[in-house]
Amino acid sequence: MERAGRREAHKVVMLNPADNVAVALADIAAGTRIRVVCGESVFEVELAEPVEFGHKFAVRPIAAGENVIKYGEVIGRATVDIRPGQHVHVHNIEGIRGRGDRLAAGT
Amino acid sequence: MLRELETRFWGYRRPDGRIGVRNHVLILPTITCAAQAAHQITQLVAGTVSFIHQHGCAQVGVDYEQTFRTYVGLGVNPNVYGVVVMGLGCETHQARRVAEEIAKTGKPVEVVSIQDHGGTLMAIAQGARIAAAMVADASRLMREPASVSELIVGTECGGSDACSGISANPAVGWVSDRLVDAGGTSILAETTELIGAEHLLAKRAVSDRVAKRVYEVIHAMESRAFQMGVDIRTGNPSPGNIRGGLSTLEEKSLGAAAKAGTRPLREVIDYAQRPTEKGLVWMDTPGHDIEQLTGMVAGGAQVVLFTSGRGTPTGSPIAPVIKIATNSHMYERMGDNMDFNAGTVIEGTETIEEAGARLYEELLAVCSGKLTRSEILKQHDFGIWRIGPTF
Repeated sequence: MERAGRREAHKVVMLNPADNVAVALADIAAGTRIRVVCGESVFEVELAEPVEFGHKFAVRPIAAGENVIKYGEVIGRATVDIRPGQHVHVHNIEGIRGRGDRLAAGT
Repeated sequence: MLRELETRFWGYRRPDGRIGVRNHVLILPTITCAAQAAHQITQLVAGTVSFIHQHGCAQVGVDYEQTFRTYVGLGVNPNVYGVVVMGLGCETHQARRVAEEIAKTGKPVEVVSIQDHGGTLMAIAQGARIAAAMVADASRLMREPASVSELIVGTECGGSDACSGISANPAVGWVSDRLVDAGGTSILAETTELIGAEHLLAKRAVSDRVAKRVYEVIHAMESRAFQMGVDIRTGNPSPGNIRGGLSTLEEKSLGAAAKAGTRPLREVIDYAQRPTEKGLVWMDTPGHDIEQLTGMVAGGAQVVLFTSGRGTPTGSPIAPVIKIATNSHMYERMGDNMDFNAGTVIEGTETIEEAGARLYEELLAVCSGKLTRSEILKQHDFGIWRIGPTF
C-alpha cells in the first residue's frame, strides 16, 4: 500500500504548498485515486476526468472568481466552481493580465 | 556531490578584446533589396553567413533606430570575424553608416552597393571576392583560452509546455546563477512572457530605478494588448502551449522566469542593446522567439540557451543556440533539433542541479566549438522587433 502510494506520488507534482492545483506528469485516467504530497501537505483526490501529461487538476476546492495558485503565485481566476480532482484548464479558468478584450467590452 | 565547475573555454579574441565562440564572416544586407544577393554570396563562399529579411527602408524615428541598432549589433557581435555590408544604394538604412559603426570595433568591414557596382551580378561578384579574402584571413585565427566571465549568454524559451517551468527552465536558471557567480552575463528577455511574474524580478532588482524599469517595460507591453482591445491569450499562450497544459499567460510567465535563476537583476536594457553591467540583465523584447533571439545576439550574446517543450528548430546565423528539451518524449520525437534533454528531471532520474551541471558542461563545449543541431541544420533564423509602421 505504501509502495503504491509512492509510485502514484511520482506521477504528479505540486510545486508549492500554497497551490490549489497539481500537475500530472503522465496521462492519468479518470477515476484514478491520486496522493499528492507537497511538503507537509498531503491531498487524496480522485480524478473526475482524464488529465493529460503536463495538465493541471485541482487539489482544493476553487470557487468561481477565486484565484488559481501554482508556483505559489496567481496564474489566473476560476470562471466556475472547481472541485478537487477536476481538470483545470482554459475551460474553467482565465488569465487576468493582458485582457484588452475586457477594456474594449467595458468590463 | 557536484564536481567543481570549469570556468574556461576556447574562443576567438577580437581586436576590441571581446571573445567570440564562432568565427563567421557575415554578409549583412541592410535592406531587403540586397538580401538575395547576400544569400547568393553565402552559396559561393564557405565560412560566410547571412539572413533574409524584409526591412531597411521607409522607417523613421525609434523604429529606424531600433533596426539600425540591430544591424550594427549583429556585425559587432564577437562571433563575427569580419563583415561585408550589402546595400542597394537608395535605402533609408545606408550600408555605409552601418559599416562605420561596426568598424569601430577594429574588425574588417567592407561595403558593397548594388547600384554602385552595376547591378546584382557585379555586386555578388565583388562581395564574394571580398568575403573570400576575409574567410582566408579568418581561418588563420587560433582559438585561445577565455573565461566564462567574458560570456554573454542569452536565455529563451519557445514552444513551452507545463514541464518548462519544472525541468528545463530551472536548469537554465541554475546555469545562469553559476555564470553570474563566475562574473559572466545572463540575459533574461521576452517581456510578454514575464507578465504576471514581474513582481518576483522587481524584488530582485539592485535598485529602485531598475525595479521601476521592470514595471515600465511590462506596462508598455501589456498596454499594447489593451490598445488593440484584445485578450493577449488569443496569441499567447499559443495553441501549442495550451495543448501542453499551460492555461494562462501568467502561468507561462512564472515558468519562464525560472530561467533567470536567483541572482540580483542588475539592469533592464532596450532591444538589441549591449548590457552595460555584468550579471543578470533583462532585455525588453517580445515573446516572439526569433525577434527575441535576434535582439539578444545583436546585444552581444555569443551563445543562447533555448528551452522547448513542444519542440522547435530555432537557430541563429551568428550564435549557437543550445536547444533543451523539457520532456523526454519530445527529445526522442524531435531529436534532430534538440541538443540536450532535461526531461530527466520530470522522470526523477536527475535533480535540477545535476541537469544544470550537465548543461553547464554542454555550454562550455559549445563555446569551445561543438556544433549545435541548429548550426548543423543551417537554421539561420532572423527577425527584427519592429516598433513603428513602414512608410
